[in-house]
Amino acid sequence: MPQEIHIHKLANGLTLLAEPMPWLESAAFALLVPAGYARDPGDQWGLANLTCEMVQRGCGSRDSRQFIEDLEMLGADTSGGIRNAHTSFAGAMPADSLPAVLEIYADVVRCPHLPEDQLDDARLVCLQEIYAAADDLAQSAMTELRQRHYGDPWGRPPHGSVEAVSVLSLADIQQMIERHYRPSGAILSVAGKFDWPALRDCVENLFGDWSGAEPPAIEGRPPAGGYHHLSSDSSQTHIGVAYPSVPYSDPGYMQARGAVGVLSDGMSSRLFTEIRENRGLVYAVSASCDSLKDRGSVVCYAGTTTERAQETLDVLVAELVRLADGIAEDELNRLKARIKSGLIMMQESSNSRSRSIAFDWYHLGRVRTLAEVGGLIDGLTCQSINAYLAEHPPQDLVVVTLGEKPLETTIGIS
Amino acid sequence: MEFLKHTFDNGLQIVAECNPKAYSSAFGFFVNTGSRDESDEVSGVSHFLEHMVFKGTPTRTAADVNRELDEIGSQSNAYTSEEHTVYYAAVLPEHQAQVVDLLGDIMRPSLREEDFEVEKKVILEEIAKYEDQPPFGAAEKCMAVHFEGHPLGKSVLGTTESVTALTVQQMRAYFEQRYSPGNIVLAAAGNLDFPALVDQAARISANWQPFAVHRDAPRAAPRSAFVALEKPQAVQQYVVQIANGPAVMDDDRYAARLLANVLGDDSGSRMFWELVDTGHAEFASIGTYEYQGTGIQMTFVCCAPDDCASNLEKIYQLQERAQRDGVREDELERAKSKICSSLVLQAERSASRMFGIGTGWLQRQQYITVRQAVERYQAITVADVARVLEAYPYAINTTVTVGPKTDLSAPATGK
Repeated sequence: MPQEIHIHKLANGLTLLAEPMPWLESAAFALLVPAGYARDPGDQWGLANLTCEMVQRGCGSRDSRQFIEDLEMLGADTSGGIRNAHTSFAGAMPADSLPAVLEIYADVVRCPHLPEDQLDDARLVCLQEIYAAADDLAQSAMTELRQRHYGDPWGRPPHGSVEAVSVLSLADIQQMIERHYRPSGAILSVAGKFDWPALRDCVENLFGDWSGAEPPAIEGRPPAGGYHHLSSDSSQTHIGVAYPSVPYSDPGYMQARGAVGVLSDGMSSRLFTEIRENRGLVYAVSASCDSLKDRGSVVCYAGTTTERAQETLDVLVAELVRLADGIAEDELNRLKARIKSGLIMMQESSNSRSRSIAFDWYHLGRVRTLAEVGGLIDGLTCQSINAYLAEHPPQDLVVVTLGEKPLETTIGIS
Repeated sequence: MEFLKHTFDNGLQIVAECNPKAYSSAFGFFVNTGSRDESDEVSGVSHFLEHMVFKGTPTRTAADVNRELDEIGSQSNAYTSEEHTVYYAAVLPEHQAQVVDLLGDIMRPSLREEDFEVEKKVILEEIAKYEDQPPFGAAEKCMAVHFEGHPLGKSVLGTTESVTALTVQQMRAYFEQRYSPGNIVLAAAGNLDFPALVDQAARISANWQPFAVHRDAPRAAPRSAFVALEKPQAVQQYVVQIANGPAVMDDDRYAARLLANVLGDDSGSRMFWELVDTGHAEFASIGTYEYQGTGIQMTFVCCAPDDCASNLEKIYQLQERAQRDGVREDELERAKSKICSSLVLQAERSASRMFGIGTGWLQRQQYITVRQAVERYQAITVADVARVLEAYPYAINTTVTVGPKTDLSAPATGK
């Protein structure tokens, strides 16, 4: 596996990360600006999303139509979206198109037109997203879970509220850009086929004279926690469970990831075996690690019909309790095989590598090569994972259910 | 890149695109069977059988199958459509022998009754999951109405009633009618050892007895219908519209896909600018699907209930305009650029090549390289698109809407 990942810090604070994958014909990028939805000020929930929508309606020398048509002719499949800490623009393309696509996205973040006559259309687009999300019941349950588990602003609904979005103004958007579309804390990652010196020069030219101060730290409010039921006349009851874990940057993260892998990675994992295969309680069940910069958690989901919801939750919680007793050698060996083959297959995708190295930089302030991650996986032992689990047993569960009836929960398991 | 194939005496075929530079290899058994091959009494059996195939063989339990797939670090799964059932896994090249042994073995499953009863519950949960999920069955309902009386109108999942009533004996009988080696293609792509693959498949399938397999492929009768289904709990209104389109063997499929891209790609298309960019709809797109003997162009829209009538009006006008004036040269070039670039990018993954090769062989007994596919798109002209529009007019369509609003109807056309 290649060991080389280029890192170039621009004087203004923007970090360029580039992983060469010369065997591919494609290149992919991710441009993250520190304008996540956790930055929505006061009661202006949804401002980051509306801003993201507006900056893609014309920039630099292109109007909104020219922007999309030029990307199409370059064969670039790109998109913009918001996450808690960043607004992210990303995409993949034939390698030759990379410099031209980066030039367009430099304009998106640096000189968007923000056409006033398109504000109402953009607002409607954002409202449509809120309405459509409400029809996705599993997602609704998980959004509520994040809110109760992370509190505000990290767990808030990404697209904001109808009330807030309805009254946002162009001045609000301009202020969001002024404060948060800034090089300090921004990350540009590239993976695929490219010429490094040419890429570095190109990025210096496009972004070198971009300026702006670092935004202040975000202060959060404590979460509500506990159990909450959302009533819905639905076919299934959607169950979300979250509990504290360690963040991605923690030395124990790989142990936490290993433990969750035993719970949920693959068809021989514990949740799939006990809840789906042995009891037929669900079609979908999963658990995964989720990380903010300073906090980590494990988030679980199961969807099941009302009459079997209680049993499903009970078995899920019982598996979390049992996890604290430790994992077995054969479980760990299977997990290692799965993770390692996934790492090698990542080399077939410039897209996943560009996103992955940006994630690393944000959380670690450095980038792990695939070989380094492979080494960390090799280093996992039952002993190390079980020691971690003894110290961090699944506990302090936050539970959200959405469906016909509330369930009985034992929240404070330990 | 080299294409190789082999056919055994029992009819099983192997097709492979070998790329010694790939990081992985992918293998899939493509069975030419799906919901269109089911009688009403066993509606949903193809898909239920797909689940049961993972439940073990005379020498493996269900837990063994799951465990072994994980032990070799495979990324594996299966899917069922109207016409195909596909079992696949992507692995590192060193695990070729193990994964082929496993996938080959489960092609002759035990179909044990106790496993059948547990898995039935999982299928019923899957049906319940889709009942809760947009577009709340609108696509299946639209297929059922559009293809009424035709095998393609049958539901892939089946219903709670049909799946509940299904017996393991019926499933075994269906298996005996459909899983003949002559009805199966083993497709592979990536860094693989073809001679070893042929040797191993020969051993695995040595006792697979061939038998005749029949598929009814009556002509589909074009029709127009409009159905409004009430779903009071839904926040948004959903529209699915099906018009006719080219079939799998029809070379006009390239022009039809480009037409769908010009009119209804999820970004940069005419529908995008008119409905999505303006915020009239949350989502609007057109896709094409090809089947044996017929094909469809499917339009999908999600919008606020109060905007649905005006959006339907806009879509009908947009389609009429296309029908009358065709597409422009510059639009066609952009659509080609998007589709061809995405073909080349997808081809970087062995698994995605395996799907392309397997499906192409099952449908057409034909292999084309990525470059050839790109050339076919590049050769399409505005006149080719006009021919498709004439052959498959949007005005003949079935439309189903699901949501809180029921006082909706097909806008008047032909003005």
